[in-house]
Amino acid sequence: MSFDLLALVCASYVIGLFAIAFWADKRAEAGQSSWLNSPLIYTLSLSIYCTAWTFYGAVGYAARSGMEFVTIYLGPTLVMVGWWLLLRRLVRIGRTQRITSIADLISSRYGKSNLIGVLVTLLAVVGTMPYIALQLQSVTLSFDVFSANPGEGLNQTAFVVAAGLAAFTILFGTRNLDMNARHHGVVIAIAVEAVVKLVALLAVGIFVVFILAGGPGSMMDVISASPIAEQSIRPERWTVLIALSAMAFICLPRMFQVMVVENYDERHLATASWAFPLYLFLMSLFVVPIAAIGLNVLPDEANPDLFVLTVPLEFDRDALALLAFLGGFSSATSMVIVAAIAVSTMVSNHVVMPIWLSQRQGGATVSGDVRSVVTLSRRLSIAGLLALGYLYYVFSGGGGALAAIGLIAFTGMAQVMPALVGAIFWRGATRYGAAAGITVGFTVWLWSSFLPSFGAGGIISADVFENGPFGIGMLRPQALFGIDGLDPLVHAVFWSLLLNTFAFCLVSLLTLPTPLERLQGATFVNVFRYSENAPGWTGGAAEAEDLLMMSQRILGGREAQDLFISEAQSQGKEGYLPDVTPAFLERLEREMAGSVGGATAHAMLMQITGGEAVSVEDLIKVADEAQQILEYSSQLEAKSAELGRTADQLQQANEKLVALSVQKDGFLSQISHELRTPMTSIRSFSEILMQGENMSSGERQRYSQIIHDEAIRLTRLLDDLLDLSVLENGQVTLNERSEMLDAILDRAIAATATPEQYIEIQREPPMEAVPLFTDGDRLAQVFINLISNAGKYCDAEEPKLQIEVHMLDGRRVVDFIDNGTGVPPDVQKVMFEKFARGTDHRAAGGAGLGLAICREVMKRLGGDVIYLPDREGSAFRVVLPEARQAAA
Amino acid sequence: MEERKVLLIEDEPNIIEAIRFILSRDGWRVDTHSDGKSAVEAVRERAPDLIILDVMLPNRSGYDILNDLRGAEETHDVPVLMLTARGQTKDRELAERLGASRFMTKPFSNREILETVRELVG
Repeated sequence: MSFDLLALVCASYVIGLFAIAFWADKRAEAGQSSWLNSPLIYTLSLSIYCTAWTFYGAVGYAARSGMEFVTIYLGPTLVMVGWWLLLRRLVRIGRTQRITSIADLISSRYGKSNLIGVLVTLLAVVGTMPYIALQLQSVTLSFDVFSANPGEGLNQTAFVVAAGLAAFTILFGTRNLDMNARHHGVVIAIAVEAVVKLVALLAVGIFVVFILAGGPGSMMDVISASPIAEQSIRPERWTVLIALSAMAFICLPRMFQVMVVENYDERHLATASWAFPLYLFLMSLFVVPIAAIGLNVLPDEANPDLFVLTVPLEFDRDALALLAFLGGFSSATSMVIVAAIAVSTMVSNHVVMPIWLSQRQGGATVSGDVRSVVTLSRRLSIAGLLALGYLYYVFSGGGGALAAIGLIAFTGMAQVMPALVGAIFWRGATRYGAAAGITVGFTVWLWSSFLPSFGAGGIISADVFENGPFGIGMLRPQALFGIDGLDPLVHAVFWSLLLNTFAFCLVSLLTLPTPLERLQGATFVNVFRYSENAPGWTGGAAEAEDLLMMSQRILGGREAQDLFISEAQSQGKEGYLPDVTPAFLERLEREMAGSVGGATAHAMLMQITGGEAVSVEDLIKVADEAQQILEYSSQLEAKSAELGRTADQLQQANEKLVALSVQKDGFLSQISHELRTPMTSIRSFSEILMQGENMSSGERQRYSQIIHDEAIRLTRLLDDLLDLSVLENGQVTLNERSEMLDAILDRAIAATATPEQYIEIQREPPMEAVPLFTDGDRLAQVFINLISNAGKYCDAEEPKLQIEVHMLDGRRVVDFIDNGTGVPPDVQKVMFEKFARGTDHRAAGGAGLGLAICREVMKRLGGDVIYLPDREGSAFRVVLPEARQAAA
Repeated sequence: MEERKVLLIEDEPNIIEAIRFILSRDGWRVDTHSDGKSAVEAVRERAPDLIILDVMLPNRSGYDILNDLRGAEETHDVPVLMLTARGQTKDRELAERLGASRFMTKPFSNREILETVRELVG
């Protein structure tokens, strides 16, 4: 068979895949994707686990190591059979949290830590790179088998394959801009490839068993006679390999992609739990027979990794060989495509986008060009990843057996396992723990597995292999901590995962999770409690009319209708209701986000479309936004309440000022009156006297007396005003000292003893013998005022004033009670005010400031003066200041 | 010629005495009344040719009394000289609006009040 024919067939096959993928994408876009979402397709898509390594390598593995290759199938089988335990959780979390990759899942769980995202991405890139190289190598080698000049132009072939795969992946892997959307075309293509590789391997197997060996019975004889039968089972390798392949099955980016991200319905897992192990069983069924026959019929130097191809060719079965070639080609390409999609998503989301966003002002401004940046970064990531794989292939010189490279990649990705298991089972796991575990595991893996894979003298020198770096024997790559003699793989898996897990647990216990981590932790660990139903995305279920009604509430009637009509037109539909496509939902969400915020918009749309459960994260965001609005409005409320209070205070102050102004006017008016009245008399009489007209000396004497009295009245008024002003302003200086009450009363009575205002004063001397510590002159001033008021106003025929001293409620009081008719009630109310004189103020002689002054004085002294309304006559009570210890 | 009567409604004894002295020398008969409440009745009773009315009186303000006087037919045209110790413009305005013939602020000069009285009862 010519190489050209092979190339032609190969190209046709690839074109066929393109067509199938393209067609499936179209169907999905048109919403006719029901059978594309079947459990069968899901199961077949899982077959990307079986790469070229499995397709070709398993036979080589069996030829070299006997039954050990089975472990690579047993691990995933255990995981699938036990899907209820772990896979179901992962799928549920993936759906409810809208997870885009394993890096996304882990970083989401650990509080959206981008550091974790970057670490896992780095691990994925480094772990996937050799794996891609492996696929390139197998395809290249299989091409070479058919080549006219074996061994030539291998790198060119690898380059062409890599470039072709990059083109396919870019074309179908980044078609849908929604990072979370499923890749229908790709999934269908890999399902087809899954069938091709299974059929190819079964065909070769049946050819070997039934044609070459002549039936199962004689086949067993051949196997028994082959070196395979002599291989013994090494339990430690078996254990480690089963565990490793199980972990890799879960952690490999491409497996996570098909298993979780591309999952349409959780129930598909139940089907896959038996169908996928069956697939693996069929894939492994003829591995040993092919290996045994290959060893038997082919020359010793033949590469066992290529037996699947070379055995049919040996017997000139070109068509079978071609089928086998396509099977291997399928295995390699499907793996590379899905891995490139998965890893490029991680690189784009966790490395490129954060950098790009941080380079821009305004951070996460969601605008149209973000999407083109996402697409571009994913495309570049795919190209970059394939370039790395190609470079790894070139520099590793295609060295090492396929299986060895595969296991190295497995071990690398398995470093995610402790953090992943912790993420979904242990609420105490923290981001620091995860970062520490992954970093430690990654480092140990690099040192003990990845770098040594280039061989002694490759990157690590032979000397370091022998004696450790800087002669530190404890750190020899394949004999860490001085434990020598272990199988290198067992050694690397053991130490990397042990130290990884240890670091993860220790640091998690020592650090505290952030609130978001706590919440995400609870959500992840209790995912089934938080999301009883996680139905698949069913965009068609959303009623356009419901959406319109909701949008109108948010966007406003006119804007919402315009949006719907324009969408309907762009879909080529008449009327105002467009089909509810994911693209439309996205557009709507963007529009609504402008009004109500992104989180709210998403949550509302999800409620109506019922496509996905509203994630806890959505709710947190909604709550955050609501909280912000709440805070803002409560701030506004507080502000308006404050304004209200201020307005009230201003109003009160204003009223007070108006009242004060009125009071001041009244006061000035009063003062004017009180000053002008005596002035009038003085002026009149002085003019009379000046004219010196004929008047008696008695008249002259009398008028002079009036002038004199009025002058004194004026002076007294001015004195009172000044006194009151001083008292009111608190500028008065009190001259406090120890003095007896009776002495003060004596002084006051003496000062008021005028013949024209005679009043009989009755006292109780024993009661008055009270020591005081106060300003005696001021207190006497009050007493004088009260006594002289009694003298002026008491209307009894024989005016009497009773002065009583007694204790009341622990305070000493002095009552001044006369035997007159008392103060009229209307005067009682105002008499302590300034200028509030009783009715007949001719008799008063004062300006009406006396009682106001009394009250001010008593307040300064720490007591009070009040009127006792229910007594016979006028009754004033002076409440003396509280007794204080006289200063020594 | 009939004796001219002036009714002085004022509550300050010294001012009463001063005005009485000034006017009686000029040949007036000076009656006095010092309570606001009964002032209008006193006017009716005495039927004075002129009233000298203080604003700040006990029990009733001079303005209220003036208002009553101007409202009643028999006292409508009696000249009223208002006296006040509160010399603010608004007091003068109020007095003039209520129909006071003249308005004088205390303290006044004897000549001033004499001339005003003569003028009012010319």
